[in-house]
Amino acid sequence: METAANIANQAESSIIERIVAGEKDLFYSLVRPYERAVYSAAYAVLRNEADAEDAAQEAMVKAFQHLAGFRRESKFSTWLIQIAINEARMKLRKNRPHLYESIDEGKQSNEGEYIPRDFADWREIPSEQLNRKQLREAIQKALDSLGAIYREVFVLRDVQNMSIAETANALGITEASVKTRLLRARLQLRDALAPGLDGGWNFGEGHWKKVRPW
Amino acid sequence: MVENNEIFEINCLDVIQEISDYIENEINPALRLSIEAHLAKCAHCTAIFDGTRNLIRLVSNGQTFELPVGFSERLQKRLQADLQKA
Repeated sequence: METAANIANQAESSIIERIVAGEKDLFYSLVRPYERAVYSAAYAVLRNEADAEDAAQEAMVKAFQHLAGFRRESKFSTWLIQIAINEARMKLRKNRPHLYESIDEGKQSNEGEYIPRDFADWREIPSEQLNRKQLREAIQKALDSLGAIYREVFVLRDVQNMSIAETANALGITEASVKTRLLRARLQLRDALAPGLDGGWNFGEGHWKKVRPW
Repeated sequence: MVENNEIFEINCLDVIQEISDYIENEINPALRLSIEAHLAKCAHCTAIFDGTRNLIRLVSNGQTFELPVGFSERLQKRLQADLQKA
């Protein structure tokens, strides 16, 4: 049976073929659905709006240049995110070579060995009703406090709803590493945001029900 | 050997290590029972579980990062310029 996702994939494949065959103007419509995902992935690495936008643009241009080489072993979106992550990492290295060392893969010890704060700590902080903008700022601030390797995994998996396998693929790490880092990221973010997660924050009309049905 | 229907006890640290997989329902049934038995009597772990699940729900709408104003227009311009060269 044809699923909606299958049909969408086929449509994407045929657009890709047409672009490779010379219809360059179709490229923007191909990448348009992934603008936010590409930008978010770049932001997860760079933590700066202007740099993330630059890296996102650069990634889109590279994707176009290498489109003929896209082998469809992964989803187009995963491939695109992979390029964005690489682009952002190169930019980070160029901008801040002295900082790069500290966030390099495997340099952070104790992966997964994270003890959450006692829940009494966060019951003491009063919950407050936050509007959308405040909420977004609170999440971004909490994300900034994470180590890069944790932030990247969390943004791809939990913010962009990529699967564990896609996340591993885009970051070039194993699925086991994705899971270990994800646990650490989630626990640390829960600690940072706990005052609002106690029910004080409004989850809105449940988009999460579609992607996170538990 | 553990009896088939016996629920083995686990501690807070064990539960926390499994909390991600438990939330995503990627866990074997025996461990699931143990975690549920632990959560039923441990307010600390329940708070961590609820908070973690709520966090994931909260960010899952993909809206955490707002595109900078004018992002799409600038991207289109850049693509138009670069793609013609390519």
